[in-house]
Amino acid sequence: MLLNQFLLLGAVLFCIGVYGVLVRRNGVMVLMSIELILNAVNINLVAFGTHLQQATGQAFALFVIPIAAAEVAVGLAIVLMIYRNRRSIDVDSLDEMKG
Amino acid sequence: MELFPSDAVFTPDVSWVALWPMVVMALGGLLLLTISSLGKGRIPRPFYALWAVLTSVGSFITAIPLWAQVHGWEDAVLWYDPEVDPTGPFSTVGGVIAADGFSVFLTMLIAVSMVAVVLVIEAYLDREQDRFPEMFALTMFAALGGMVMVSANDLIVLLLGLETLSVAAYVLAAMDLRRVQSQEAGFKYFVLGAFSSAFFLYGIAFIYGATGGTGLVHITDFLAANVLLGSSGLMLLLGLGLLIVGFAFKVALVPFHSWSPDVYDGTPSPLVTFMSSVVKVAAFAGMLRVLVMAFESAGADWRPVIQGLAVLSLVGGALGAIVQSNVKRLLAYSSISHAGFILLGVEAASDVGTAAVVIYLTAYSALVIGSFTVVTLVARSGDRLHTLTDYQGLGRTSPLVAGLFTFFLLAQAGVPFTAGFYAKFSAVIAAVDAGTAWLAAVAMLSAVIAAYLYLRLVVTMWFVDPAAETDTSHVGVPAAAGIALAGCAAAVLWIGIFPNTLTDWAERSVPAVVQPAPPNLVESGDEADADVEFEVGPDGMPGMPGPMPGEMDFGELDLESLGIDPAELEAMLEGGDLGFDVDVEFEDPPG
Repeated sequence: MLLNQFLLLGAVLFCIGVYGVLVRRNGVMVLMSIELILNAVNINLVAFGTHLQQATGQAFALFVIPIAAAEVAVGLAIVLMIYRNRRSIDVDSLDEMKG
Repeated sequence: MELFPSDAVFTPDVSWVALWPMVVMALGGLLLLTISSLGKGRIPRPFYALWAVLTSVGSFITAIPLWAQVHGWEDAVLWYDPEVDPTGPFSTVGGVIAADGFSVFLTMLIAVSMVAVVLVIEAYLDREQDRFPEMFALTMFAALGGMVMVSANDLIVLLLGLETLSVAAYVLAAMDLRRVQSQEAGFKYFVLGAFSSAFFLYGIAFIYGATGGTGLVHITDFLAANVLLGSSGLMLLLGLGLLIVGFAFKVALVPFHSWSPDVYDGTPSPLVTFMSSVVKVAAFAGMLRVLVMAFESAGADWRPVIQGLAVLSLVGGALGAIVQSNVKRLLAYSSISHAGFILLGVEAASDVGTAAVVIYLTAYSALVIGSFTVVTLVARSGDRLHTLTDYQGLGRTSPLVAGLFTFFLLAQAGVPFTAGFYAKFSAVIAAVDAGTAWLAAVAMLSAVIAAYLYLRLVVTMWFVDPAAETDTSHVGVPAAAGIALAGCAAAVLWIGIFPNTLTDWAERSVPAVVQPAPPNLVESGDEADADVEFEVGPDGMPGMPGPMPGEMDFGELDLESLGIDPAELEAMLEGGDLGFDVDVEFEDPPG
């Protein structure tokens, strides 16, 4: 099996996700970028599992999917609360605290 | 051809003794939510606080027989049966949950911390006239995640514990609906936390790829037996690096600390007691078990990194605190410098180092819970007053609170006969013992710088006249917060004056490498008719779930209950096309 291709795909997705978290100013886009990173991890896990001919990789990916869902549910709830308070989900405007 | 029929179910061995503390905490949290939704606000809030305290105490009590079992205190505990339960560290649920001194002690520490945290939350909710019990339920779920983390013997379970802990903690940070800072803190904590979890996971994926398993015992054995070269070695290093970055975010080490002052500042004050005690304990426990136990033989790779992080955190934490004018931010930086001290014990990668980490975490939990309880009280209604100005003249208006805060601050600075001194002493000894005396020297220098910030706060409270805008009303101590404060102060004094008991416990709290028990194939009561021993190649075994390379002794099997025809098995063995070696002794040879 060609493991490299899948790892490369995972790495590209991971980098896009990291870029998104660092650069995007929209709170929802930041959440989506985090999802991208977690999916990069899933690709890696399944690729390694298939390469090693084990079910562990896929089982692990099945754990990661609900974790990602739970995280995003909480993240969206927080973004929604911020939107209700400030009518904006611009991450850069979150600067109440400094020091 | 498959040896086992596809409907054969392999059930891992479950030792409930090891799981009770978690089960109690989980059930307690779920029942609390159920009761509160059925009660529809008619149940008074103190009931929920009492419930949470009782759950935490119950969780602590169920951990006692486990501690007895791990250390062989047969005589001391009534409901312990040495005939049934073997003494010594063990792992359960297919080897993913470890029960050793380390996990049990830290589980107990989390349970005790929870009691204090719940009391402080109750005092806060009472002052804020808030009826809702979600804070209790969420802290209980987070504590459950922490307990899973300290017991995790598999990277998957470690991740599950970490996420249970973190997701609850994100919500806790954003809990104060009236202050926009709280939501900002929640969002920052969430983004950085999820980001670091993702790094952590990506690291786990590479470690899995390089070692072929996620069990910590498997990784330990694999790394002890193999030297990884080329791309596998690179993958392992990459995985290890990402894992360390993930942990460094979670425990807020410089340079991954930038979220922590903001989050401490914005989060409702009583919940900071939780974040800085239970969350830190769980994250450091996971870090220690993974690095010191599973990656013991890769020490040359990770120790320099941890040393670097320790130096940066020690110095960065102490220097960062000096310029702060907000007490919560100041304490956030102080906790970064404490994290640097704890790293000294992790970096030592020895039993002395592990004991130092356990001692430091215990002492630190008591210190931060005490300190942030005072911060909660001084903040007055609305959780507003956190600047140094608000602390001016506190010694005159509220001498009891100021006195206790002074005591906790001096202990954090490391004044002798307090827990802080003994904890710092243990960490420094561990570093010297591991041959990194220079690191110990850096730590002591940074402690001197950090002493300045604690003293500045003390001077502000006792020797500075209150400014015009300072709220000079008396700060009362509600009963619930008073119990928590008294408990923390007693613990700090007790550890400082009689450190031997804690040292004794800490020295027994060492993570153990315990091989998982083989899966149960024989239901009790079945009659065994064959003794089977496999030797499985690196590809695993066809028809078996999961990887199980190496030798495996299945012991006695009842072939019929598994749906295997002995004659067919015999034919398969002679055909030699199973893909692995298997040695079967039939009690009653077929044919």
